[in-house]
Amino acid sequence: MSAPTRYAERKAEPNIRFLQGNEVCAEAAIYAGMRFFAGYPITPSTEIAERLSERLPQVGGTFIQMEDEIASLAAVIGASLTGLKSMTATSGPGFSLMQETLGYAIMTEVPCVIVDVQRGGPSTGLPTHSSQGDVMQVRWGTHGDHSIVCLTASNHQDLFEMVIDAFNIAETFRTPVVVLIDEVVAHMREQVRMPEEGEIALTERLVTAVPRDVDYHPYFPREDGRLPMSNFGGDHRYNVTGLVHDMWGFPSNKPNVADELIHHLIHKIENRKRMLVRHKEYNVDGAEIVLISYGATARSARHIMENRRAVGMAVGMIELQTLWPFPNELIRERCKDADYIVVVEMNMGQMVHQVEAAVDRPHRVFLSNRVDGAMITPNNIKNLIRVIQGKGV
Amino acid sequence: MIQRFVFSGTGGQGVITAAIVLAEAALYYGELNAVQTQVYGPEARGGAARSDVIIADAEIWFPKVLEPNVAICLGQQAYDRFSGVVRPGGIIIVDSHNVRLQKTISSRQFQLPFHETVMTEYGTIQALNMCMLGALVRLIPIVSPDAMRQVISDRFDERFRQTNLSAFELGCNLVKESVRTF
Repeated sequence: MSAPTRYAERKAEPNIRFLQGNEVCAEAAIYAGMRFFAGYPITPSTEIAERLSERLPQVGGTFIQMEDEIASLAAVIGASLTGLKSMTATSGPGFSLMQETLGYAIMTEVPCVIVDVQRGGPSTGLPTHSSQGDVMQVRWGTHGDHSIVCLTASNHQDLFEMVIDAFNIAETFRTPVVVLIDEVVAHMREQVRMPEEGEIALTERLVTAVPRDVDYHPYFPREDGRLPMSNFGGDHRYNVTGLVHDMWGFPSNKPNVADELIHHLIHKIENRKRMLVRHKEYNVDGAEIVLISYGATARSARHIMENRRAVGMAVGMIELQTLWPFPNELIRERCKDADYIVVVEMNMGQMVHQVEAAVDRPHRVFLSNRVDGAMITPNNIKNLIRVIQGKGV
Repeated sequence: MIQRFVFSGTGGQGVITAAIVLAEAALYYGELNAVQTQVYGPEARGGAARSDVIIADAEIWFPKVLEPNVAICLGQQAYDRFSGVVRPGGIIIVDSHNVRLQKTISSRQFQLPFHETVMTEYGTIQALNMCMLGALVRLIPIVSPDAMRQVISDRFDERFRQTNLSAFELGCNLVKESVRTF
């Protein structure tokens, strides 16, 4: 599914809409079957809550504005346990507050989706300006050893699919999934083609076949490793705790129980990287310079890639759509022949370290960045390329 | 073909709404691609507001406008900021009530009485942005006035529809001849 690019033919296409990225998030979540949203509106994610407060009641869902972000994610986890696909949306300051409950969702293996629309930081920072400073916070913000899934997008058509993917992954792996976008994508308006019902596959929750009043083990995996759920407050009584727990869900401090649980939480994601990694690449084969970018900055990178190719330079590009788990193998393989690798991001260097760790000959890796709240421009990237090539700016 | 517009003024003047209306008309009825972005401060009103629109017949990657083909400046501050970065051969449209012009050599400037026109007609400047849009599409025929009328009718509810549509016509009438920039 992609937006039509032959504009003269588009009149025949009835489902084209001109929306903000935040509105796309809201519509895609409803398409994915999300029926519970709890949140605390914060710039630049406010339009997600605003639109859902109107849309959810129309489709029989529930919208709650909570007292803060801690309570928001707690409510989302509770609602998800009772059987609803649930979501919250926030920005950096709110995402900081959610770290504790995010860890709880990881430990209790409750599917949910958190949209983090990045703004300038730290603290309240630059509310109305863009940044990509939360990349590492998504990965390591909550304490303890864990893994997480994080998706992003640079345009609205991809964003629509990524949000649906986030719900599908959350339900499949019983894990929180973070959709990490930035102020530019969130507030930008562009065309998006709304898919028809049934056009994109949706993953529904795996519900236990254990009958009512028969013992149900909330953390007892099936043969394929998946953990069927039972709607909390429904057919079965079971325990949910953030403590290390056994297959009954009760606290345990036995070393083998803790060992198995931590391995399970990490392996269920890291061992299925191939199912989770989404990316796009352009002209990477034969490229002397490979640009690696994600989110809004991928638009600047794409712009300068096309511009440089037009003057005969061998520039290619990889756009990451799955940020976590990080696609080490893919980056290593696709960058093995490049002379230079330029990571484009709006922070002081977060993904660049992942790329350095992934590739051989890491001295080939350079960072093109900007942290003043303005979007990185194609010229910013071009100037760095010229410096790398010893041409001067 | 690619045309880059900057709509600038102060918060509350409706520059962001105007930008969205133009972009929607190009996308829905002009068989073109459009991307709109905005820059604004934490204030609800009074801060500098700016919205960028790119209209093209191809994919648009970088969504911001650094050097506009067309700058619409509804205040002096906005004019001082953008008049110098308009592309050679570009167009600057200003509100005669709020902006004092400087001489330029590389762009054409149009000083039009939006403020005066809507104040005389309605006694409020609420529909000033629609009046400006009327003049804009007459001056630069990138989108047909009918497409604009359609978007304005669809976008606003009954309370504002008639005023906005008539303000749009007033704007159209401010311009006699169009200029081509693409």
